[in-house]
Amino acid sequence: MKILVGVKRVIDYNVRVQIKKDGSGVETAGVKMSVNPFDEIAVEEALRIREGGIDSEIVAVSIGTKDAQQQLRTALAMGADRAILVEADSEVQPLDAAKIFHKLAEEENADLVLLGKQAIDDDANQTGQMLAALWGRPQATFTSELNFADGKAKALREVDAGLELIEVDLPAVVTTDLRLNEPRFVKMPDIMKAKRKPLDTKAMADLGISASAKLETTAFEPPAGRTAGSKVEDVPALIAALKDKGVL
Amino acid sequence: MSQVLVIAEHLNGQLNNSTAKAVNCAAQIGDVHVAVFSDSPAAVAEQAAQIDGVSKVLSVENVANSNALAATLAPQIAALSDGYSHLLMPSTTFGKDVLPRVAALLDRPQISDIMEVIDAQTFKRPIYAGNVITTVKAPEGLVVGTVRTASFKAAGTGGSAAVDAATVSADLPSHTRFVELQAAASERPDLQSAERVVSGGRGVGSEENFKVIYSLADKLGAAAGASRAAVDAGFCPNDMQVGQTGKIIAPGLYIAAGISGAIQHITGIKDAGVIVAINKDPDAPIFEVADIGLVADLFEALPEIEKHL
Ligand SMILES: Cc1cc2nc3c(=O)[nH]c(=O)nc-3n(C[C@H](O)[C@H](O)[C@H](O)COP(=O)(O)OP(=O)(O)OC[C@H]3O[C@@H](n4cnc5c(N)ncnc54)[C@H](O)[C@@H]3O)c2cc1C
Repeated sequence: MKILVGVKRVIDYNVRVQIKKDGSGVETAGVKMSVNPFDEIAVEEALRIREGGIDSEIVAVSIGTKDAQQQLRTALAMGADRAILVEADSEVQPLDAAKIFHKLAEEENADLVLLGKQAIDDDANQTGQMLAALWGRPQATFTSELNFADGKAKALREVDAGLELIEVDLPAVVTTDLRLNEPRFVKMPDIMKAKRKPLDTKAMADLGISASAKLETTAFEPPAGRTAGSKVEDVPALIAALKDKGVL
Repeated sequence: MSQVLVIAEHLNGQLNNSTAKAVNCAAQIGDVHVAVFSDSPAAVAEQAAQIDGVSKVLSVENVANSNALAATLAPQIAALSDGYSHLLMPSTTFGKDVLPRVAALLDRPQISDIMEVIDAQTFKRPIYAGNVITTVKAPEGLVVGTVRTASFKAAGTGGSAAVDAATVSADLPSHTRFVELQAAASERPDLQSAERVVSGGRGVGSEENFKVIYSLADKLGAAAGASRAAVDAGFCPNDMQVGQTGKIIAPGLYIAAGISGAIQHITGIKDAGVIVAINKDPDAPIFEVADIGLVADLFEALPEIEKHL
């Protein structure tokens, strides 16, 4: 099975993000960057599919600046076989990311594209679904359990009403939820080995994709903050405070 | 004049409250139509027709619509959206699953999680788990977006829009099949629309211990929620998860017991009326956002609260 896995470079989830002084965006200079946590789960799932006995080639794909090579090396160190970086210097919105993945999925003849359900920078939650539409393939979003049999996949999806089980034909697009697995820890020797694995670079223009109409971001601002209230001594004081606020 | 199409969310013949919230957002943009896709849409269409601000309900009957599968719905929604200026769905797992698939079929970018309408093309939306709010402008042409349900109150009911049967012609794929929905049976109010919510975190310690959460919730007529850590530890089902990647809620009262207050959790409760934190660690970050904090062991505090109610 040929598996493409998305690996987006984002600000590490532990960092408290700051807006640039001139309000033109989010500060990334000197900030710790990591693999989007949901994508790390996607890489882990691809590895488990192979370890579960389905012979697979795992190709990690990132779209972004040269710096994203770092995150691709992480995916290679986890166990991906090779990597492709589609270089783009300006912001790539989900529709264009989906067009890029679509092109690669066809070029590579992928059986499965595993993506995070959302990137924790733009929180858009769109790319997998858009790719599935463009490619004309099934989608299983928010997946927390994935099994294969007879050229089909069964995906258990985390939906608001509970857990939904669907069956999809392959090729398909699967997006990962947090509970799908726990990504492995990368060991030092694997990081060394990853340096020798192939990492191809392509320019967005080489893929022959015409850019889509874009959303224009005109302002970045901090959210209306909640301020800390006060602590109460004991339960009777808590009850009194709740009555005071009219919620009891 | 903007003409907005809202896609209704429903289950077992019941319209989901998220639809009325999306309608409230849509009404700030223009005239609102609601479309119901189902194998038997009559009952849901009737409920949609009663939402204030809806001028027409389009009911699309098709056996293929017996379950809400994105692959089946997307081509139909894309076909039906022709002639509209805006296409909106609630930012629930339903809307998040379906709408991007529609947007790509129409070659339109999507605005996720609209939290405020500035004008017909311009909206506010959160990024980085709600730590930054952006203003985004949609390009000329059809505007496609999901509506952050915690940011809009449900439109009232008292309307009586006409219900029209609509037909759409679209090729429906057979590559995706619904198997089953394992719905978490709960007698408690729905987490997303409950006026009061009692949530437990990793501090609750076990599935067995979660009964202290349920017991207080029942006493308060509240829904029960949880942090991701509690869900991951198997203390409770995943549909109870509140937060960036769970449910974004806005109850009048939110009680967080044994929850540390990670940003991903706080994102889910920013719009709550009164937040109460009960945690034995006086330095837990949750106290920075709580309106009322109580430093205590939850196993002593929660039963004592019940006694005082
Ligand atoms: C990409 C991503 C997305 C995420 N999305 C979400 C999300 O949507 N929702 C979410 O909640 N999390 C989410 N998380 C996880 C989040 O980062 C935290 O790990 C999680 O919220 C912590 O849960 P917790 O507060 O229950 O556990 P902990 O952080 O372990 O806190 C437990 C708390 O319980 C207190 N405690 C222990 N025993 C007692 C007692 N007897 N009485 C009183 N207090 C006690 C402790 O003092 C502590 O503060 C996400 C993480 C990532 C990486």
